[in-house]
Amino acid sequence: MKWAVARFPGSLDDDDALYVLREVLAQDASVLWHKNESLGDAECVVLPGGFSYGDYLRCGAIARFSPIMRSIAKFAADGGLVLGICNGFQILCEAHLLPGALTRNRSLSFVCETVTVRVENCHTPFTGSMRQGDLLRLPIKHGEGCYVAPEQELRQMEERGQVLLRYVDSDGHLSDRVNPNGSMRAIAGVANERFNVFGLMPHPEHAVEMMLGGNDGLKIFRSIVASVAG
Amino acid sequence: MRIKVFVRPRQEILDPQGRAVEAALANLGFAGVSDVHLGRYIVLALDAPSKAAAEESVRKMCEQLLANPTIEDYCFEVEQG
Repeated sequence: MKWAVARFPGSLDDDDALYVLREVLAQDASVLWHKNESLGDAECVVLPGGFSYGDYLRCGAIARFSPIMRSIAKFAADGGLVLGICNGFQILCEAHLLPGALTRNRSLSFVCETVTVRVENCHTPFTGSMRQGDLLRLPIKHGEGCYVAPEQELRQMEERGQVLLRYVDSDGHLSDRVNPNGSMRAIAGVANERFNVFGLMPHPEHAVEMMLGGNDGLKIFRSIVASVAG
Repeated sequence: MRIKVFVRPRQEILDPQGRAVEAALANLGFAGVSDVHLGRYIVLALDAPSKAAAEESVRKMCEQLLANPTIEDYCFEVEQG
C-alpha cells in the first residue's frame, strides 16, 4: 500500500511515522514537503506530530494554509484516507476536515506519559482490525490536547459514532483522574462523518515494537492496511 | 488604517489560563476579581479604500485565520489615519 507522510517546518514525528510504515510494516511510504501540491498515488496521507510553524497563533493554524493542505482537503473530499497524529490532529481541526478544536490542557502543563484509550467504534478504516471496547496503551506528549466542540455537535458526533477513542483507566472505565488533558467526554480521537479522516492525540507511531514499551500502535496502522486491501 | 483585533476564548469554553490568573490575583490580595479571561491582542496596518472595506477585510481575516470561531470570539477597532 502507498503512503505519504507530510512534512511541515517544525514536524517532529515524521521520521517515526516513516519508520513504522517502512521498517515495521514494509509499506511504500514517501515524504511530502508541505510546499508540494501533488500527493502522488498515495492511498493514505499521514499528518505527523510536532510543532508546525512553532505553534504560532494557534497549533496548526498556519500549517493549515500550506499548499499541501489544499491537496489533502481535495483528497479527503474524494474519500482518500487521512490520519492526523497530535499536531496533525490539530491541523485537521483547524482545516475543518475534523470537527472541534484542541485547546490548552486543563492542567496548563505539558503531559508526557503512556495512557490507556478505549476503542469506541471498530467499524472504520482506522479501527477495523480491533473490537469495540479494546484497550490500547499509547504514549501522549502535548500541551494543547484538550478536545472541545459545541455540545450539540458532540451529541451528533456520538450518535454517528465519530468518537473512535476515549481516555479510560486500565480497567476500561471513564474517570476524570485518567483524562490527561481535560478533553470533553474524554475524547482522544475523532473521525469525520465519512470516516475517512481520523485525528488522535496519542502517538501510535511511538508504540510499534515491544522494545519501545508496547506495540498497540500497530493495530491502527494494520487496520488501515487491511481496509485498503479490502 | 490602524487595526486592533481582540481575540478571547468563547464564554462556554473552559479557560484554564483565565482561572489560573484569577486564582493568582486572589492570592495577591486583589479582592472582588472574577471572570478573568486571557486572549490575544493583534495590531496591524491596512491599506483600504474606506473604513467599511477595512472592516469587511478584517472580519474575513478573523474568520479565516486570526480567530478560530469554534473556540474563540473576536472584535476589532478600525482607526482612520
